[in-house]
Amino acid sequence: METLQQIIGNIQAFTAIGAGLMVGLGALGACIGMGVMGSKFLEAAGRQPELMPVLQSRMFLLVGLIDASFIISLAIGLFFAFSNPLLQAVVKAAH
Amino acid sequence: MMIEAPGGLSEYINHHLKNLTIHFGGGSFWTVQLDTLGVSVVIGVALSALLWACAHRATSGVPSRGQAFVELLVEFVDGQVKDVFHGDTRLLGPLALTIFVWVLLMNLMDVMPLDVIPYLMGLAGAEHFRAVPTSELNTTFAMSLTVLILTIFYSFKAKGASGYMKEIFTVPFGPWLAPFNLLMNLIELLSKPLSLSMRLFGNMYAGELLFMLIAGLLGAGSTILFGLGVFGYLAWGIFELLIIVIQAFIFMVLSVVYIAMAQQHH
Repeated sequence: METLQQIIGNIQAFTAIGAGLMVGLGALGACIGMGVMGSKFLEAAGRQPELMPVLQSRMFLLVGLIDASFIISLAIGLFFAFSNPLLQAVVKAAH
Repeated sequence: MMIEAPGGLSEYINHHLKNLTIHFGGGSFWTVQLDTLGVSVVIGVALSALLWACAHRATSGVPSRGQAFVELLVEFVDGQVKDVFHGDTRLLGPLALTIFVWVLLMNLMDVMPLDVIPYLMGLAGAEHFRAVPTSELNTTFAMSLTVLILTIFYSFKAKGASGYMKEIFTVPFGPWLAPFNLLMNLIELLSKPLSLSMRLFGNMYAGELLFMLIAGLLGAGSTILFGLGVFGYLAWGIFELLIIVIQAFIFMVLSVVYIAMAQQHH
């Protein structure tokens, strides 16, 4: 028979791993994507500097698009790290 | 402003993530979030009044600073709209301007000092107060649903009812797979407002949450952590300013792109 502490500890451990994976893998993907796009932008701007203003606004649009999925996963990861709804269910059931 | 709530950081964060709400009737369906509604309406009215005043006092002579700024803004948005959409921009231009400036200002509430507005509202008797309207899913979904309705409206307007129905039932795979086409088109239609609103909400929510975490460092009670907190607040604040502008820009451009796409014939 597991005690309440063990159950809570289990949930916290898994949540920490999950939140870490969400934030870390999200950041990895977003950084690779942003790096590829940034290098291509610099290359293109070096070849045709007169296209710079057009490319720049497109690049910032894509920065936001790439950033968004990472930041959403960051928000949900942080939400799970600081007010864990799964844990609250256990605490509520214990009372 | 230090941590006031007893129970440490997660209590503090939970306290700050609760809305000022008012219930009507039974159940939780008619729960109105007064803070979200109030802040967004106040910002919208102030913005309209400001732009109206600038437009009213506009001269063709030497422009004042305010007029020059508003002209810059309008020309920037108008240029973006004309890049994407070649046609009648009498509705799209003002729509894009409204979305851009309104979302920008609502996002800017995020870089206000975290505790100031909740504290002042607390003095006025409000228990919880969230100052950033766009870090609330209801606001972003309301805006993106408006864009969805406009998308559908312009699809009907540009193609006619029969043309639009024909497109919905036949477009990707031809008339023999009509139910499948319908499903694909519905998913395409519904994923647009979903991603639009989740993107803005996620960015602002994460920004707000990170500010709260950094504020937790300020109240941790050690000098090193306090210094780290000040530095972190500054660094994240500068980064957040970039995110705020980019997200408002993206919301505007994508809304215009969706509405422009709705008017293209396949």
